[in-house]
Amino acid sequence: MDAKTAILARAREAISRSQQGRPVRDIPRNYLRVGTDAPGSQPVVADMVEKLEDYSAKVVRAPKDAAILDGIDELLGDARSVVVPAGLPQAYKEAAARRGRTVREDSRQEPIPTLELDQIDAVVTCSRVGISMSGTICLDGEPDQGRRAITLVPDKHVVVLEREMIMPTVPQAVDVLGQNPTRPTTWIAGGSATSDIELVRVNGVHGPRNLGVVIAH
Amino acid sequence: MTQTSQTFLGMPAASPEEQPHTGGWRTNVEVPQDTLRWGHTFPEGAHKTLANTQMRRNLGHATRTIRNKRQLRVDEMPDWEDLREAAEAVKFEVASRLPELLEQFEANVTAHGGIVHWARDAAEANRIVADIIKSKGIDDVVKVKSMATQETNLNEYLADEGITAHETDLAEMIVQLADDMPSHIVVPAIHRNRSEVRGIFLDRMGDAPEDLSDKPEELAGAARAHLRRKFLHASVAISGTNMGIAETGTVSIFESEGNGRMCLTLPDTLITLMGIEKLVPRYQDAEIFAQLLPRSATGERMNPYTSMWTGVTPGDGPQEFHLILMDNGRTKVLTDPIGRQALACIRCGSCMNICPVYQHTGGHAYGSVYPGPIGSILTPQLTQGLADDDPVHTLPFASSLCGACAEVCPVKIDIPTILIHLRARSVDVKRRLVPDMWDVAMNAATPVMSNGKAWLAATEGVKATRLIGRDGRIGALPFPASLWTRSRDLPVAPKESLRQWWKRTHPEGITPARSGLGAAQSTATKENR
Repeated sequence: MDAKTAILARAREAISRSQQGRPVRDIPRNYLRVGTDAPGSQPVVADMVEKLEDYSAKVVRAPKDAAILDGIDELLGDARSVVVPAGLPQAYKEAAARRGRTVREDSRQEPIPTLELDQIDAVVTCSRVGISMSGTICLDGEPDQGRRAITLVPDKHVVVLEREMIMPTVPQAVDVLGQNPTRPTTWIAGGSATSDIELVRVNGVHGPRNLGVVIAH
Repeated sequence: MTQTSQTFLGMPAASPEEQPHTGGWRTNVEVPQDTLRWGHTFPEGAHKTLANTQMRRNLGHATRTIRNKRQLRVDEMPDWEDLREAAEAVKFEVASRLPELLEQFEANVTAHGGIVHWARDAAEANRIVADIIKSKGIDDVVKVKSMATQETNLNEYLADEGITAHETDLAEMIVQLADDMPSHIVVPAIHRNRSEVRGIFLDRMGDAPEDLSDKPEELAGAARAHLRRKFLHASVAISGTNMGIAETGTVSIFESEGNGRMCLTLPDTLITLMGIEKLVPRYQDAEIFAQLLPRSATGERMNPYTSMWTGVTPGDGPQEFHLILMDNGRTKVLTDPIGRQALACIRCGSCMNICPVYQHTGGHAYGSVYPGPIGSILTPQLTQGLADDDPVHTLPFASSLCGACAEVCPVKIDIPTILIHLRARSVDVKRRLVPDMWDVAMNAATPVMSNGKAWLAATEGVKATRLIGRDGRIGALPFPASLWTRSRDLPVAPKESLRQWWKRTHPEGITPARSGLGAAQSTATKENR
């Protein structure tokens, strides 16, 4: 008998002994699924900003196109080199190139080798959805967000989050991500951190140590 | 059993360059071959760890901090109880429908380019991992912290096969460098303080800066520099998983440092070892656990990084993904109508952070990689070690049954009930065997305890024990009294008994039997008969 057959047989036998007629009921989803405030509404955005800043992320609110570009430039700060996903809007790429920064494009078809990525200071990407309740930003690897490696290896990540995509609750964000559940997905809540030594939170271990967020429109 | 580190605190080092920095960090835990069964009973383990005052100080500080943070983040949630209800129901569904969900999960992982293996036990799982690594012609891999691989003792197995597995989680790396064992399932180095970590890094990390201070920021920075090269060059990574989703074939890791993302993203090949119980049926169910897990585990609203992947994504991340579905005793846990609830555990560690027994004894006392309250119910079920001669049979007794663990459990595992249930199972196993010294002693004492005069005479005799006690305690006694004193200190008998005290303080002659107190005492005696 192969391992799979054996394990499944054991499991069936075990359940026949332990279930004892107890039925599987519908999952009681009485928890908060939809927040009282609309996605992207003023209180939801304010909450998102508060949570992000609590994670020591830098936040710029950009009500206009020009403000988004300025925000990207401001958050990139003194970074000298920037990687961008090939599908990032052209204007964002140009904003990243301000102050003489070198900008390199990355895509699944033409990936930048990891060792070269390690030499790049920062990355600019878009994002799929945000969650104001926990200050989380979710990326799903589409061309405007890029391969998972580019948002991981550089030390600074500047991410553009569309205002109307900020959901108040986790279930609302999971609904959005669940439309394409098999995409490679990364949830980010602040920068890399550890609490392994005496439970003292230390920001910055392996992932980007600096997270900047432009909340657009 | 023993392989390394028979070194004790304060013992002089073998060579001067081995111990130039602190000398105090050395472990006194043996790396066991069976990580679920280290070979000592809980009382023996506790006896050893309780003597380590440094560990108790570190642990007291850490568990207090994390408990308070968790409470803060739980209090923010108006729907916490509803989330727990939902999580409990999802996990009950998983246990009830495990075979079909596993087949659905396998089909979806395979459909997206993943390769699924099945492992009946730890040995089979380890062999599959080693074979995949060898097929790549390499002997160096990176690892995400994982309880499943702790359970199979994978690192030791790979080392015997000539493969080095580098732990990349900061705490797990501290444990690995020190030839230590983890003492907590979320923060494995919780028993270490910053100066011990500094000493471990300076002595064992190789490339630690000579002027390294004991600031957590600097220590984390040294770990970052040490590991970055490994991440960038690794071609194979090993991980566990927090949750697999049957409906989509999606696998997930919840972590903080980014070492998980490095391992899951940069190498060409990813091997994930998953216990078969770590499933949820639907993608939507992720919304429940993504809220419960971080707040319970580290007291954060959300852990910094969560990764979800499904099979292989062309051009993004590892292009070869192996998933090993491991039983290793889980189907045995599933046979018990009450005990099977333990399979719902999402490994958040909140039960150990709140447990007064864990806080004092530390994780190593439990003699298993699963310590604390959840370990007390999980370990003896995974190993089916409820017979007297099995050291893990003592674990269900390692509890005050205060119930705090059940209150904090995000998936509502009724740990106290399972503890009592397993105690009963353990006693049932024992009944079929010979009576032990406790039974013999209690039977012998019955005639004396049922006769007032005989009891009075016996208690006079007890006063003699004051002669051997120091600091109000009697330590180890010779056999057969050692059956008691090897696991517990015996308090020295008081100067006088209640009856004697009463006689002395009530010279007017009211006898205890006629007073309220005396009446209560005789009732209690009656009930004891």
